[in-house]
Amino acid sequence: MTAPRPILQLQGLVKHYGRLRVSDDVWLDVAPGETHALIGPNGAGKTTLIGQIAGEIPSDSGRILLDGADVTVERPHRRVHRGLARSFQITRLIGGFSALENVALCAQALEGSSFRFLAPASRDAGLNAAAIAALAETGLAERADIPAGRLSHGEKRQLELAMALVARPKLMVLDEPMAGLGKAETQAMIAVLRRLAGQAAILLVEHDMHAVFALADRISVLVEGRIIASGPPDAIRADAAVRAAYLGEEV
Amino acid sequence: MSTTLLLIQTLNGLQLGVLLFLIAAGLTLVFGVMDFINLAHGVQYMLGAYFLAAFAAATGSFALGLALTLAAALLCGVVLERLVLRHLYGRDHLDQVLATFGIILFLNEAVRALWGSAPLHVDIPEALSGAVRLMPGLLYPLYRLVLIGAGLGVALLLYVLVTHTRIGMRVRAGASDAAMVSALGVNVGRLFTLVFGFGAMLAGFAGALAAPILSVEPGMGDNILILAFVVVVIGGIGSVRGAFVAALLVGLVDTLGRSFSTSLMRLVMDSSAAAQAGPALASMLVYVLMALVLAVRPRGLFPASAG
Amino acid sequence: MSISARRSLLPLLLGAGFALVPVVTGGDVYTVNLAIRIMCLAIAAIGLDLILGYGRLVSFGHAAFFGAGAYAVGILSTHGFTSAPLLIGAAILAGAALALPIGAVSLRTRGVYFIMITLAFGQMLFFTATSLSAYGGDDGLSLPARATFLGTDPFGSPLSFHYVVLALLALVYLGGRAIVASRFGRVLRAGGEDERRVIAAGFPITAYRLVAFVIAGGIAGLAGGLYAEFTEFVSPAYLSWQRSGEFIVMVVLGGTGSLHGAVLGAAGVVLLEEWLAEFTEHWRLIFGPLLVLAALAGRDGLARLLGRGTR
Ligand SMILES: Nc1ncnc2c1ncn2[C@@H]1O[C@H](COP(=O)(O)OP(=O)(O)OP(=O)(O)O)[C@@H](O)[C@H]1O
Ligand SMILES: [Mg+2]
Repeated sequence: MTAPRPILQLQGLVKHYGRLRVSDDVWLDVAPGETHALIGPNGAGKTTLIGQIAGEIPSDSGRILLDGADVTVERPHRRVHRGLARSFQITRLIGGFSALENVALCAQALEGSSFRFLAPASRDAGLNAAAIAALAETGLAERADIPAGRLSHGEKRQLELAMALVARPKLMVLDEPMAGLGKAETQAMIAVLRRLAGQAAILLVEHDMHAVFALADRISVLVEGRIIASGPPDAIRADAAVRAAYLGEEV
Repeated sequence: MSTTLLLIQTLNGLQLGVLLFLIAAGLTLVFGVMDFINLAHGVQYMLGAYFLAAFAAATGSFALGLALTLAAALLCGVVLERLVLRHLYGRDHLDQVLATFGIILFLNEAVRALWGSAPLHVDIPEALSGAVRLMPGLLYPLYRLVLIGAGLGVALLLYVLVTHTRIGMRVRAGASDAAMVSALGVNVGRLFTLVFGFGAMLAGFAGALAAPILSVEPGMGDNILILAFVVVVIGGIGSVRGAFVAALLVGLVDTLGRSFSTSLMRLVMDSSAAAQAGPALASMLVYVLMALVLAVRPRGLFPASAG
Repeated sequence: MSISARRSLLPLLLGAGFALVPVVTGGDVYTVNLAIRIMCLAIAAIGLDLILGYGRLVSFGHAAFFGAGAYAVGILSTHGFTSAPLLIGAAILAGAALALPIGAVSLRTRGVYFIMITLAFGQMLFFTATSLSAYGGDDGLSLPARATFLGTDPFGSPLSFHYVVLALLALVYLGGRAIVASRFGRVLRAGGEDERRVIAAGFPITAYRLVAFVIAGGIAGLAGGLYAEFTEFVSPAYLSWQRSGEFIVMVVLGGTGSLHGAVLGAAGVVLLEEWLAEFTEHWRLIFGPLLVLAALAGRDGLARLLGRGTR
């Protein structure tokens, strides 16, 4: 039996900041539908790696394949159209837009042309329906009309997620979606992500080990820009190198 | 085109370049260190020229007048920074544009109200009048040579100051990462005032040097300010070295372009068309240069973070 | 009163106000001309507000596109063209056509770079205008005749000029509102708040900004063309960077990101200038510090004074 083609393949990615090697020959595969957690201590280079995958940060060498296509030098918005969606570690929302309009903005990137100048976007029923559905999936439907800038921190994280999933991506890259959430909010977020798991592959960067072990099919461990271990949760839990480098104080 | 003319125009180009550098040096540091857009830098140049005209007339001595001008320009810069600009650091660029535009309107008008709209005349100091024979058949005014020399001297001094002294190091670090410098416990407020006052003094110095050879009139700083912007953009924001290279480049391209574009155009079109197209082309040249540099290097020739 | 009601009330009042100026003043030429001048500049300011207010791009070269429209009308007039639709169409085209390459280069940059570069390109066009020796060079150029339309003289009397410009102003305003609310406008507005987010959502933001920049250039060209018809004269001063600065002042004082604010700002600036000039020829001594105070107090000064704290 041949394994299905990975949705994301990183082949020897390198990124330097000055003399600092922030990504140091990173190899990583994410299979379709898989939830793949990427963990590692602060400053390991996780956010940088996401930036490279999304195309915001150019790589010094190595290749990035998205759904089989080489996107190493492709511009960020093109990658979105190939089925990549990302969320940000530090929430990035359009604060003056309502929650609904934030999500509708993302929906309109993939549905129809946005070089339309006359019809009011806020009355575009197709976009609004898609946006409401995405908000409902993350449990934010009641808050659709609130300006994003006025949502609570937890709600903002939910909104980030809704903005990623409204695009029906093949791969979602989520940078610490639980950051700053309380216990109950984290549980809710885990539940949402578990529901999504079937629909898209997820590359999940997360410090919350409870969430990681609850969600991940596979885990890769990034330390000082290198993947030091990769495998199913049980194997990672047992891996001596990982325990020594990272998990020791957490598990 | 003769060699003599070429040489003269090259010297004229250097002269413009040197003046531009003196203005752009302060601008680029203010941009780099404070991420602050200061439209009012050109009026500092104008004030320098007016101060010199006033002080030289009052004291009867160019040298004394120049010394007083430098002090007054420094004072003006510091006062302006303390009174207005300091409250706009970290604010939206639009606020900075609005405020410094208001300052330009005010100072241009103040100068007009005090000295009138007619250009002032400033004598070239006695000791520096006359011309120097550079080559057989090539006389060049001594004052202009001194101006070029003085400008280059200040450039060298500034280079040493910025690269080899502790305070210069801080300024340079600030130009590439202000947050970092403040995290290191440097008194950023004082550093800013210093950079600002110093930049104003340099611009005032340029205005004073230019006073005897250009017309001293309200609004004289406006056009040269925009040329200085071009210099800053080409050189790379925050880079004194970049400002120097770009200033000479812009000075030469502008001056040589203006004097030779018509004859160059004659090579490809008839002379009446060339007489039309030449000046139009010449006036666009430095901006085309800027566009070309940006197309290749959007952050200028010497991006500050690269040193 | 609800925000949305207020939002449509103020523009209506403004429109009605302009419409009534000739009636109330009994067709007083000075006042009507003042209103025409305000409306021409307001059209340009609306264009600027699209990129500056909604796109948050501080373009300091807007007068260049205004001047380009004026010169298009001036130059075509001297060559004997008088058809109003042709001249005004050429003015719009001139503004938009120049905005395209300038925007393409300028939009590669951000922040203070963008400000300086648009300023520099504006200055380039200013000097180009001064070197047009066939069309008056530094001194500018008088229009030999005013434009005509199907045998009528739309710009012939202050009164008909007034209502033609008012109609165009209304058209530009409503068009601008549609653009802001459209899909395109949504991307532009979002990009003004957070460029990275918009790219991550899948938009090539620079393309949207460029289109907005070109639209703004075309609107400025329209305004400039009308202004040339109004003054029957064009000169390099139309492209001066001080005029670009004035457009920014109008948009900012009227409150960025509300198109009727641009109209209000244009009226405010022109009237303030007129009023101050009655006291002293050195009115800029007062106007300049007012701008400084407005900036220090936080922008949207005039807007806040008028009690419109909302966007
Ligand atoms: N633009 C930059 N210039 C220089 N160094 C950078 C830059 N961005 C990140 N770094 C450095 O790269 C390293 C990796 O940063 P990154 O943000 O990718 O880590 P991370 O794994 O996401 O950390 P965290 O868990 O805290 O989010 C850090 O040492 C950081 O200081
Ligand atoms: Mg991170």
